[in-house]
Amino acid sequence: MKPFSFSTTALQVDTYRQALADPAAGGYASFEGWVRNHNEGHEVTRLEYEAFEALAHKEGERIVTEAIARFGVISAVCVHRIGSLGIGELAVWVGVSSRHRAEAFAACRYIIDEVKHRVPIWKKEHYVTGDSGWVNCERCAAHGHEHDRVHEHGHGH
Amino acid sequence: MSAALFGLVLAGGASTRMQRDKAALAYHGRPQLDWAYELLSEVCAATFISVRPDQRNEATRAQFPQIVDRQPGAGPIAGISAALQEHPKAAWLIVACDLPFLTREILQHLVAHRDPQRVATAYRSAHDSLPEPLCAIWEPSAREAVLAHMQSGKQCPRKFLINSNALLLDLPDARALDNVNTVDEFSAANAALKSPVTRASHDLSHKGRDEETNTSSTKTAAPSASLPPVAGEGRGEGAAKRTIALRIQYYALLREQAGRSEETIDTSAGTPTELYRELQARHPFKLGPEQLKVAINAEFSDWNTALRSGDTIVFIPPVAGG
Repeated sequence: MKPFSFSTTALQVDTYRQALADPAAGGYASFEGWVRNHNEGHEVTRLEYEAFEALAHKEGERIVTEAIARFGVISAVCVHRIGSLGIGELAVWVGVSSRHRAEAFAACRYIIDEVKHRVPIWKKEHYVTGDSGWVNCERCAAHGHEHDRVHEHGHGH
Repeated sequence: MSAALFGLVLAGGASTRMQRDKAALAYHGRPQLDWAYELLSEVCAATFISVRPDQRNEATRAQFPQIVDRQPGAGPIAGISAALQEHPKAAWLIVACDLPFLTREILQHLVAHRDPQRVATAYRSAHDSLPEPLCAIWEPSAREAVLAHMQSGKQCPRKFLINSNALLLDLPDARALDNVNTVDEFSAANAALKSPVTRASHDLSHKGRDEETNTSSTKTAAPSASLPPVAGEGRGEGAAKRTIALRIQYYALLREQAGRSEETIDTSAGTPTELYRELQARHPFKLGPEQLKVAINAEFSDWNTALRSGDTIVFIPPVAGG
């Protein structure tokens, strides 16, 4: 399976997990990002994910490749949803298999952190009030240079 | 037996320096596009106009059978190539829509002397003796070679003809293919058309088309010091402000603010920094460039990278995956 990919339908975690299996692996760590019902004091009803796929594929693959090289894990995969997602749905999945647990956790953490900061994916929140907004963008535009701090918030992770 | 002859009026240009749509300019009492279309219809089995994808519904163009550019941004060769692919068994009489002095006789002369065994039959420029690609018959055999020309990154139809076995004819009227790119040239052309006395003069030269379509021939052109410069524009390659065609794709907040997912524009912007400044004047973008990243041809790039015609640009708002 590809190191980084998108899915427009519900993520199939069991399938992805099995693809990481390896006789040399002593463990496996995964991370699931879920859609939660609130962000920054607003009640959220659903999220829409959009990606610049041509570049996102390349950047996502670079991140996974970096993690494998950096932590010496056996294999790693990241799958991200795009489209409209309801509360509780799985938005992103990262899985890593390795000889020992420490590097599996570390690689998993590295991949999700880098994906959130580097891969051109955007999410639009739809609020209970009927309003909506692009996460990190609307406040960015209003607050100018404060965006570095604003980038640190996210969904459910 | 020679292939059926179809006609194509090239109307996909940007008219950057004219600052008005050249296809809509009236030299003969109606839009030049109508006039050229009708002229071609007299000598061709079927006639079309060439448009960029974003021009399909424009008022001046919507009423005609269209051939849509498959590689918008590549200039006139995109229109020529699209026509050859659309009807691969036809030969194409290709004519630009900015030739006010074109006549039925010029087209008939070309058709009468056509050699279907060559890739093209064209006129020799009265100014520099090089082939005139934009009033020429392109045979079906040109199709693969034009595609190969484009795939190797070349966009100049004139250079294509120079390096081909095209049959070149002398122009019966030296001025017949003078084109018009600026408001001053437009006024001069209209005056000349109204007063037969000046018809023999060469007030309108070929300056211009080359810069506008990246089909520069000025390096190889014969000396033409007698041609008066148009105000504000030199004939030299570096003197004129070049424009390039870019495809811009929008995502997320920028997509909503631009009201579209992508557009193709002709611009004089040389870098992403200049381009974004220009786009901010056209669209209500509130994000500043310091909040964005930029990608050229689907790869992260520097804001000072030199843009090239045909590039696809994406400005990347703050991301929020996960």
